[in-house]
Amino acid sequence: MIRVENLKKYYGDFQALKGIDFEIDDGEIVGFLGANGAGKSTTLKVMTGYLAPSAGNVFMDDLNIQAHSLAIRQQIGYLPEMNPLYGEMRVYDYLEFTSQIRGMSPEAFKTALDRVVDQCGLREVIHLPISACSKGYKQRIGISAAILHDPRVLIFDEPVSGLDPNQIVEIRNLIRELGQHKMLIISSHILQEIEATVDRIVIIDHGEIVANGTSRELMSGFQGRTQLTLDVKYADEASIAGLARNIDEIEVADAQAVDGRSVLSIEYTREVDPREAIFEYAKNSGWAILEMTQHQVHLEDVFRGLTGEGGGHA
Amino acid sequence: MRNAMAIYRKEVSAYFRSPMAYIFLVFFALFNGYFFSNTFFLFGQSDMRALFNITPMILLIFVPAVTMGLIAREKSSGTYELMTTLPIKNSELVMGKYLSAITLVLAGLGFTLVHFVTLLLVGSHIDYGGVLCGYLGLALVGAFYAAIGTFTSSLTDNQVVSFILAAVVVLVFYLFDKLLIFVPVALAGAVQFMAVDYHLSNLARGVVDSRNLVYFGSLIWLFLSLTVRVIDMRKWR
Repeated sequence: MIRVENLKKYYGDFQALKGIDFEIDDGEIVGFLGANGAGKSTTLKVMTGYLAPSAGNVFMDDLNIQAHSLAIRQQIGYLPEMNPLYGEMRVYDYLEFTSQIRGMSPEAFKTALDRVVDQCGLREVIHLPISACSKGYKQRIGISAAILHDPRVLIFDEPVSGLDPNQIVEIRNLIRELGQHKMLIISSHILQEIEATVDRIVIIDHGEIVANGTSRELMSGFQGRTQLTLDVKYADEASIAGLARNIDEIEVADAQAVDGRSVLSIEYTREVDPREAIFEYAKNSGWAILEMTQHQVHLEDVFRGLTGEGGGHA
Repeated sequence: MRNAMAIYRKEVSAYFRSPMAYIFLVFFALFNGYFFSNTFFLFGQSDMRALFNITPMILLIFVPAVTMGLIAREKSSGTYELMTTLPIKNSELVMGKYLSAITLVLAGLGFTLVHFVTLLLVGSHIDYGGVLCGYLGLALVGAFYAAIGTFTSSLTDNQVVSFILAAVVVLVFYLFDKLLIFVPVALAGAVQFMAVDYHLSNLARGVVDSRNLVYFGSLIWLFLSLTVRVIDMRKWR
């Protein structure tokens, strides 16, 4: 288990982390979601021992990162942001070098090499210089180096950043496969990436955790408003105005006349479900309902609500 | 030490995979050859003083060129984060890189043995002990300069800045005993003791004094320790 306690980090006067707490159990896939500069990478850098915390600590079981950095680093496979690699080395040489630093015997390296080459699909490029490989292959090389020693914990910082859609799917599948057996922590500013890959999401904003749970938990706890689109015929202005008066919990945010129809945009809190009342009102008012669609709350809405960010790239 | 050797092998093979090592060795051999042969046949003496006088000056430029990328390149390419999050001590990282630089410097000095062969062929009454001590001195100077270069490479992510810093620091140690006339008499002894040339000249004369060895050993240790400290300080930036 990894336990992060009251983690704070200052860069000069700027406070990048403002007291972060969380726990991750073995076998969990956890995603760190946040805008650029929110503090995701800083958190991971402290967890991997690259940076020291200004306050607080990171524990792996009973070991803490400040006093037992080497022991903890031995149990972690880390893919840093931008996936830095030694371009002049051949893929094989790079993995062999990694195995030596990890203290693996030549026999253990051979076994591990077969495993990671198959798992990451590196057989075609194993004897090529890394600089000659495509970005997708480079990402796989970075991941294969991180998993070579079969670590207990995998930490991937922005693992699909800069990849094309096909490569994203490939790496996402690889990450999912790895996550079946490992504690896996990934960070991303791409909301869809996190949603598609992880069991639990930690949303970080301005150096603080603003949400922590499964996507279902986050959405159910979201205090935003539900939207409903109502497309009807034969609705006059008076009856439309009476809709909100008759049903207390709703608000008609917008009403537009389109080709003899009225398209109403209705909002209400997530705790209520006024659709039956709306249907009864429409029936009693002589409206013909052509469409009634309640829009589901998406993680994107949760993210926007919690961080004030917008767009697919959160 | 196992990790240091893994780093060492990686660094040495990186040197020889790029044109860097070959350019270094060729130019080092050419410069030494030119300056050595210029005076060797002129004076007609069976010794290698000319080489032992000129090589430290050539090392002033060549060693910073060898060491400038050791850590600075890792920082600029981002592999510094990769390397420092592997289960490896900072001292092992520094030692592996430092030894790789020394290997290249020693390989360069190895090329100058061709001049020793020339001496064997055309000279007489050769002072083998003097030659051996001279080479020991050059190796120690190269190792000292490499320690300075390793240190300056840890201070920046810019290889050019690293090179200039190393060249300046190395030059300061080289010039100490050239500036004695500007130094108060009370400090002259101490300043002279800090000069590379002062210790090298003893060795070039064939005298191995423990003070000379302590000088080089302690300064190499100092600069490598500072490098380890600088790498450790990244955590607290």
